[in-house]
Amino acid sequence: MANTQLLGLFQDPQNVADAMGELKGDGFPVEDLDIYSGCPFPEGSFGEHDPEHRLFIFPLVGALIGFAIGLLWTAGTQISYPLVTGGKPLLSIPPMTVIMYENTMLGAIIFTVLGVLFESRLPKRDLGLYDERITEGYIGILVDCPEERASAAEGLMKTAGAEEIKKA
Amino acid sequence: MYYRRTLTEAQINQQLLGTVLTTPLWWVIILSCLAIVLAGAVSAVGFMVNQGLGVTGLRQPVFWGFFITNFVFWVGISHAGVMISAILRLSQAEWRRPMVRAAETMTVFSLMASLVMPLIHAGRPWRIFYWVFPYDWARGIWPDVRSPLVWDPIAITTYLISSMLFVYTALIPDMAIIRDRSTGWRKSVYGALSLGWHGNPRQWKLQGIAGILLSALILPVFVSVHSIVSWDFGVSLVPSWHVTVFAPYFVIGAVHSGVSAVVTLMVVMRKLYKLENFIWEEHIDALARLLIVVATAWMFLFWLDLIFALWLKEEQELTVWQLRMFEPPWSWLFLIFFMSSYVIPVPLWMFRRVRRSFTMMLWTSLLVNVGMFLERFIIIVPALMRKGPMTFDFATYRPSPIEITIIGGTIALVASFLLVFSKFFPLIPLWEEKEGQLLIDSVRVGNVDVPALVKEH
Repeated sequence: MANTQLLGLFQDPQNVADAMGELKGDGFPVEDLDIYSGCPFPEGSFGEHDPEHRLFIFPLVGALIGFAIGLLWTAGTQISYPLVTGGKPLLSIPPMTVIMYENTMLGAIIFTVLGVLFESRLPKRDLGLYDERITEGYIGILVDCPEERASAAEGLMKTAGAEEIKKA
Repeated sequence: MYYRRTLTEAQINQQLLGTVLTTPLWWVIILSCLAIVLAGAVSAVGFMVNQGLGVTGLRQPVFWGFFITNFVFWVGISHAGVMISAILRLSQAEWRRPMVRAAETMTVFSLMASLVMPLIHAGRPWRIFYWVFPYDWARGIWPDVRSPLVWDPIAITTYLISSMLFVYTALIPDMAIIRDRSTGWRKSVYGALSLGWHGNPRQWKLQGIAGILLSALILPVFVSVHSIVSWDFGVSLVPSWHVTVFAPYFVIGAVHSGVSAVVTLMVVMRKLYKLENFIWEEHIDALARLLIVVATAWMFLFWLDLIFALWLKEEQELTVWQLRMFEPPWSWLFLIFFMSSYVIPVPLWMFRRVRRSFTMMLWTSLLVNVGMFLERFIIIVPALMRKGPMTFDFATYRPSPIEITIIGGTIALVASFLLVFSKFFPLIPLWEEKEGQLLIDSVRVGNVDVPALVKEH
């Protein structure tokens, strides 16, 4: 049977934590529960699923790519058109490091931002089940469950203090 | 000690999105005035390109004047923005919240203004691309990477792109807030810009890590950029420029002028956007304390630069210093620079009453930046005048009205960019303010309620 989505809207963070506890206690897998809030709450405030990520790989990959581009730019261009100026070596390491360093850092930063977006599962075309009050202080619990479990989830959230429950 | 005003999320939205969702009359008036100044500057640039660099005060042997001074000045201003933001984010300082966005944004726009200056200075701006970018594939002629004229644009472009990404990443949650408060085309635009942000724990966790990780990555870039700008001077053989102390001296000087610019911006923002609930005396007090340390470190390096010259006893070097310090008009400019960037403001900042006065902080921070502009001017021009023993072709420099108009235009450019930015995006990060409100607490000690120390994670 197809899954359905429910969004419970709460004002009090304590009620959210209670509702999450009730839902998990009733057998709803924590991976199927999500929290939407307008500002970051301390990790674990609602007993939510601890998200894993591999963000730290991204800056490393970016730095390597940036370094390679920097090397190509500095060494590659000078070798492709060798022009000795002032009797200085064609491949002069100190000035090359300036450009390679900047490119390495730029690569790391660009890839960090790409990593943040990728790991945050952004961009998303469709907001899905959402409520605009979430950015005005409300906290939402999104439950993804089979159709027959929807009424149980709704009941548990209402009992815990949900002000409104929206269905997809 | 921070006594927070308790605000709800809805109140924070309402107070910080005022200018975004409506257009106040003062905004239109100020932007119009800035546009007039900007139009004047653009006309001056057009005139200069048409007539040639002869309309400026640049003459043999002084070929670096107001344009390069202004370039170094704006790079300097850009420095403190991201530095303050990055350091405060890394140290999770609670007082960072209202100032990070404005400081980062100022970095972006000052860097844009600084990048324009070498283009204008070149006289024929289109030719600069041949020097810098490796695009001439057909002929196989590449830029000379051994020249600091190539290092500069690469460093500044790196810093500009990094700062823009830094600002954008932290803006995503705020753009989602605006998306939820707007209708029609605005909703579509902010919806696209916020990339479908929901605000789930995964996204918030990554947002927090991004702030710290990007801060850690951008700080070394910040140090490198002004070091590289200083090497434009340091790697030359011009007397008084060819010194090893220039990189730290420039970096710390940039921080001095940049932090002062952040203070100016905070005070002006507070007044114009009515941000009294967000920017308090404690914030500028903290910035003023930081300024005392930074200014004193900068002064130490300034003396080091002078002492190196005296110690070496090189005739050409001493002649430049003699010119800077004892021969008018440079001696007058030197005196103004020295008084306005250190002697007047720093002792004043020692007083708590001054540090907590928005008016005093506005004027002292502006004074510092007048001084820091003159500092760069005094570093550049007297050194190039070649007024030394047995040199008979020395000359002086006086900026022409064209140059002064263009310099005024860059101030208008940065100010108008900031105004336009504030029309579309909040200058104070809403989600960070909300997070700060969430973590408010106090501890009862004897008869007083003491604010509890707040830490995010």
